[in-house]
Formats: sequence, C-alpha cells, structure tokens
Amino acid sequence: MSAFQASNDRHVIDWLQTASAAAAPSAELHRRLETLAERAGLLDVAYRTVESPIGPLLLAATPAGIVRVAFEREGHDAVLARLAGELSPRILHAPRRLDGAARELEQYFAQRRRTFDVELDLTLAHGFRRSVLAELRRIPYGATKSYAAVARAAGNAGAVRAAASACAQNPLPLFVPCHRVVKSDGSAGDYRGGREAKAKLLALEGGG
Amino acid sequence: MAEHGPTVLRVCRALLEPADAADAWSETFLAALRAYPRLREGSDVRAWLVTIAHRKALDQLRRAARRTANGRAAPAEPATHDPAPADDELRAALDALPPKQRGAVVYRYLAELTYAEIGRLLDCSPIAARRNAADGIANLRARYARARSRRRPNPTTSKGAKR
Repeated sequence: MSAFQASNDRHVIDWLQTASAAAAPSAELHRRLETLAERAGLLDVAYRTVESPIGPLLLAATPAGIVRVAFEREGHDAVLARLAGELSPRILHAPRRLDGAARELEQYFAQRRRTFDVELDLTLAHGFRRSVLAELRRIPYGATKSYAAVARAAGNAGAVRAAASACAQNPLPLFVPCHRVVKSDGSAGDYRGGREAKAKLLALEGGG
Repeated sequence: MAEHGPTVLRVCRALLEPADAADAWSETFLAALRAYPRLREGSDVRAWLVTIAHRKALDQLRRAARRTANGRAAPAEPATHDPAPADDELRAALDALPPKQRGAVVYRYLAELTYAEIGRLLDCSPIAARRNAADGIANLRARYARARSRRRPNPTTSKGAKR
C-alpha cells in the first residue's frame, strides 16, 4: 500500500468515525430502555444523582424502595460497584424510579419537609444495625439523641460502639436520620458525609 | 455497562436504518441486562455487548427483509425515535458495501474489536476479516472521494480532493 493510499484510508476512517461520533444515546432512548427493563423485571437497581447543599448525592432504589444514599466523598462509582456485588449487577441509570425521593430531598433542603414518605429498603443493614436504624427513624426532625441513648433504645445499652458503627454504616443517610445522633458531650461526632455536612444538617433543622 | 452505550449505538446506526438501530440498541441492552449475571468476571464487556448488538442487528435486518417481502414499507411510526441518525453520505456509502465488508469495517473502526473477534462474528478467519475490512475501506474511499467532490465543487479550495 502506498503512503498516498494509507493517508487516504486515514481520511476515510476519520470520516467514518467523526460522522458516527455524535452517537450519544439520547435521553429518549435511555428512557425507553428504562421502561422496557422495568417492564421486563430486569431493573433490579435504579440510580440517579441529585444536587444538594451538602454536595451531589447518589440515590439507588430496588423495586422495594430506596436502598442506598451515598455522599460524594464515598465515591459514587465505588458505591455502585459494591451495590452490583451485594444486590445485583442489573443496575441502570434510571431516574424515574427515584423522582419521588429526589423531590422529597429537595423539599427537605428547602425546609418545606420534615419527614420522608418514600419507601425504604433496608436490605443492606442486618441484625442489631437494623434495630439501630429503626430507632434512628424515631428521632424527630430538629431533635438529637446520644449514641448511648440509641444503643439503649435498640435493646442493648452496652452496645454504644456498635450503635455508633451502625450510624457510620447507615446505608440511607438523610432518610434514616443518623445525623441526629450526637456524642454525649454534645459535640456532633463523625458522619459518613463528613462532619461539615452533619453540622449543616443540624443547623438546617435547628433553623427550621 | 453504561459506558459502552455510545459504542453500541454507533455500531447499530452503522449497520441499520435509524429506527431499526434504536430498537437494536434497546434490545441489546435488555438482552445484556438479562444475561449479565452469567457473564464471567474479567470478560471484555465491550466485545460482549458488540456481539449481542451484532445478533440484534441481524434480527432487525431479517425483520426488515420480511417487511419488504410482504410488500410493506417500514412502519411510519418507529417504536423509538432516534433524533440523531448518522450522516447521510456515510449511510449511503455503508449501505452500498457487501455485508461482510460493512460488518468488518464497523466492528474494526467503530467498535475496535480485534480481527479474531470480528472473524468469530462474521463466521470467517481473522485473515479474511482483515481483508474484508481493508476492502471495505477501499470501497468507502471511492465513495468518500465522490462525496467530497460533490460537496465542494471547486477543487482549488478543497483540501481533501487530490487530482
């Protein structure tokens, strides 16, 4: 093959590739796939991200409800990869299943909502951790509780450390308000979304 | 899997009519969602998806052939509207290629498969796959030159045309 011919081939290949390059699947195509997958029962985990005053949040849901909320610092891709392993590899960016959750979060951050109504799927929490999450859901908007009080309420007064760990591993922050659990000395303590985010949430609820 | 959406769509669009391409794309990902749990860890997901797309494209071509045989045109309202079909000239040039050349060119240059993988898809040896890709590019080159000279009638301002 001559050099002339080779350079001409390059033109043709460039043409082929650039003329096809605009082929990002449209939102409409994605929506259709989402609908077909949902209808065929192939959408085990749907996810989307939402913007929030404490940074972008990843929301994931099974057909049973919201299963995971993740902060940016956790690495959304890493979280999705773990969900694929723990729940199902049939994960699709499918915002519609999470429209309700996104709306409720938006209202919460705008101080127009104090409790959440969306269904939660607690699959990712087991045993004592799940009892802790149940207790967390009883702490009202604007109130706080100590880790020791949560451990006691969850049925094991001695398990303060385990209660703290259940909060730290809470798969559904915000919806299960682990940010309302603070240290006995009154300081906010750690948070999966960072101490700053926790302080912001407590301030938001205190000012509402 | 989602990161390969554009590649699969490029392949479908280069092999099929726009409406059929959109359907083939959806069907590819539905089939992939169905089969994904059985995919071996460490598999090349892109090559696997392109293989599925190849089969779905063949299904669409068979369906289109049946439509033509029954004397019916393509449905006026496609199931999925694809708002960004490929370049018309490119489509015409690809349509004019023999099926194996078209497949080899698309799988090599849009899906970046190896000739061994392309050979498996097209049911030929890697050497034949390479030859089909080269012949396909040569055929496209002729059409490309004609398309360029039509679009830019004045050759003195045309940087692509070589006389």
